[in-house]
Amino acid sequence: MSDFAVPAHPPFRPMMLINDRRYRGYTIQVVVFILIMAAAWWLIGNTIENLSRLGKDFNFDFLWKRAGYDIPQVLIPYTADSSHMRAAVVGLLNTLLVAVLGCITATIIGVTAGVLRLSNNWLVARLMTIYVELFRNIPLLLWILVVYAVFTESLPAPRAYSGADPAAHMILFDSIALTNRYTAIPTLNLLHSHGSLNIGWGVTINWATIAYIVVLVLAILAHRALGRWARARQNLTGVRPRTWPISAALFVLPLVALWLYFGIEVVRPTLKGFNFAGGVNVHNALVALWLALSLYTGAFIAEIVRAGVLAVSKGQSEASYALGLSRRRTMSLVVLPQALRVIIPPLISQFLNLTKNSSLAIATGYMDLKATLGGTTLNQTGRELESMVLMMGIYLVLSLIISSAMNLFNARVRLRER
Amino acid sequence: MSEIHAQTVQYVRDTMLPPAPPPNRQSGPVLWLRENLFSGPLNIALTLLGLAAIWYLVSSIWPWIAHSVWHANSLKECRGIIAATFGEGTTGACWALVRERWSQFVFGFYPSHLWWRPVAAFGFLFVALAPVLFSDSRGIRRWVLFLAAILTVWIMDALGAPTAPLTWVAAIMMLAWLLSEFRPSLLLVMTGLYPALGVWLLWGGSLWSPIVVMLGFGVAYAVYRALERTSSLLAVVGAIAAAVAWWWWIGPWLVPRLNQTVDLAITRVASDSFGGFLLSITIGVSGIAMSLPLGIILALARRSDLPLVKGFAVMFIEFIRGVPLIALLFVASLLLNYFLPPGTNFDIILRVIIMVTLFAAAYMAEVIRGGLAALPKGQYEAADSLGLDYWKAQRLIILPQALKISIPGIVSTFIGMFKDTTLVTFVGLYDPLKATADSVRASVAWKGTYWEPYIFTGAIFFILCFGMSRYSMYLEQRLKREN
Repeated sequence: MSDFAVPAHPPFRPMMLINDRRYRGYTIQVVVFILIMAAAWWLIGNTIENLSRLGKDFNFDFLWKRAGYDIPQVLIPYTADSSHMRAAVVGLLNTLLVAVLGCITATIIGVTAGVLRLSNNWLVARLMTIYVELFRNIPLLLWILVVYAVFTESLPAPRAYSGADPAAHMILFDSIALTNRYTAIPTLNLLHSHGSLNIGWGVTINWATIAYIVVLVLAILAHRALGRWARARQNLTGVRPRTWPISAALFVLPLVALWLYFGIEVVRPTLKGFNFAGGVNVHNALVALWLALSLYTGAFIAEIVRAGVLAVSKGQSEASYALGLSRRRTMSLVVLPQALRVIIPPLISQFLNLTKNSSLAIATGYMDLKATLGGTTLNQTGRELESMVLMMGIYLVLSLIISSAMNLFNARVRLRER
Repeated sequence: MSEIHAQTVQYVRDTMLPPAPPPNRQSGPVLWLRENLFSGPLNIALTLLGLAAIWYLVSSIWPWIAHSVWHANSLKECRGIIAATFGEGTTGACWALVRERWSQFVFGFYPSHLWWRPVAAFGFLFVALAPVLFSDSRGIRRWVLFLAAILTVWIMDALGAPTAPLTWVAAIMMLAWLLSEFRPSLLLVMTGLYPALGVWLLWGGSLWSPIVVMLGFGVAYAVYRALERTSSLLAVVGAIAAAVAWWWWIGPWLVPRLNQTVDLAITRVASDSFGGFLLSITIGVSGIAMSLPLGIILALARRSDLPLVKGFAVMFIEFIRGVPLIALLFVASLLLNYFLPPGTNFDIILRVIIMVTLFAAAYMAEVIRGGLAALPKGQYEAADSLGLDYWKAQRLIILPQALKISIPGIVSTFIGMFKDTTLVTFVGLYDPLKATADSVRASVAWKGTYWEPYIFTGAIFFILCFGMSRYSMYLEQRLKREN
């Protein structure tokens, strides 16, 4: 028998729920859960009561009824006789269109401005500082309104292009016409059309487009395989074989072959009567929104890029020069991979911001998701709750998809820690 | 061998030569130009491109600015003056619009004889902020309070404020200045009281309702102190319950009775007369003030060990961040009545403030979470080893450091939120950017003025946001502890 008393498990007392660390966590969680459920119950109860008082129900049948309104800019076939559902999809596609275009141009503008802001050219660095500070400190709505006003107020009407001595001239080798209602841009036409693939819902994709996409993907895969082979060769012999002529041929030759096979020609917009025909007339609402979003987000991306490049310590590039790497190789092998690690996470949130900010299309009258499902459809059917729930759900899914896709990319460039 | 240094060092200089100026070819404007503008082909090309851009911008905008007109009654008159002075066919800026309609941009439809009230509220805002923003520098505080007092009284006088409020404001400002000089900690009491004072000055009505609301915080604090000895968790829950009970049952019962006893009411101003920068600043300041504490709580909840608390925080933050602010504003204007008990109808500005606060708080929570994650683990362990409980550890050790790290992010969230206040135009509020410009342009006299209203509001937004970002840089410098 030893004299040590085994510490007895203390009997449970109710105060231990509050004072004992082991139980306190459960108590807090139960309280939080009850409070949140009570709040949810209260909100949902109120909603049900309010809806029944108004004689409304909660269903999405209205989505299949006739929409009855026109959308000026559509990517898939749409008429006023289409359903509200289709209008919502058209709006979603329009949102995606401006978001994708905006992300691309904003990245280009932002990277250029960010790098130029770091350049040792005093004048250009100051100019870029002014650009960044101006756009970051003034509301986006103002930039959208200003760019839209520039387009609608300062540009000539289409008829200014007519006549023997026109008041306005087309730009970029007579291929683009800026007018106060739309921007006429050239399109491509096929001389030997081979029909198109119907993927349902009235959407068709030209075989030429499909062929181009397939060939491009194959070329990229081949280019990668070539790179792997070159690396293996380099590891084996120490000499990297010259690959760029083969790579260039991989990309250029099939594309030229397709060009000849399909007989692709550029159709320039020409003035017919009062309007341009031949090309595509892109509504100014889209062009203005796109430009304003790109310029605004570009200013933020410029700061991100600058911070990323500054975050790579100078010793890294000096060490790389000391190893005898060229300026270009130093940039691509040493500085950029490290800078990207700092740049990408905030860049993702800028892309997300741009996508969500595209809902400001409401200011220019561009028919995006907010304007179709959350605007005209909502007003016509009086289904506020359903439209808003659906719209917010779509935006939510959209941003979750973007952020998870970009996070995958981020995981690939992340620092591999041991 | 150990004496090797003494043998190898032959001579050591023991005096410094005076610094000499660099040779002529190593300094001077020509060298600066050569190094910064013309150091290589690429650099020269960039310089020329930059000069071309500047030339293009200046040559297209300068004539318009140079032909500005400040005194006219309509756009037509403006154009007439420009044509008469600078010749036919020239265009110019018509700032007469701003001169005539500035009040609409600043105050919206706020009754003109009460304009002094928002001005006083704005002046007091600096009194309330001074002890928080400039806590350790008496010199800066003195200047801020001095300038705020002089400007507030002067502008109030210029806007035709009656003598009584003018005297009161001057007296309170003097008191604040004295407190800031001799008892700075007491100035924090004014900060605490400011929300009630600001709301009362802006919306008017009875002073008793804001007082009773503020008393609720006092009740909560008293309950917390009373229960603190038993258990901190119980104290927090008790304090919240007491405050809610006070606002829910006792307040509505108390206010009418107090009103009957002593009448402290001033002219009530309805929310739909708010507009312009008054609206933006009201929404912005209240959103900023409320989103910071909410963001801290959300960030702590998201880093909590309790899976349920963490789960709810993650859901809330991700939902808010995944949805555009416009959608939330439309929820506030269209749907909030569905979610509340039938017959409730509360102020649209309040609804918008709530939505903007929730929106900013979700972003703030992520910024602060970054700050919390950046703290070394040793700080948490040190707090534990000192035997501090959760709240004490957060309050004394973790949060001060985490918030310091996240200052740039917090301020840029504030700036973003302030800029986003312009979106309230889409739910029918009278913002300075779109609604005001549209309504000014709708009048016959100013139809066709596009750039002047935009430039005017843009400049004011720029000054405010740029000022905020510079302040955050100053704060970062001041709080920098490492060398």
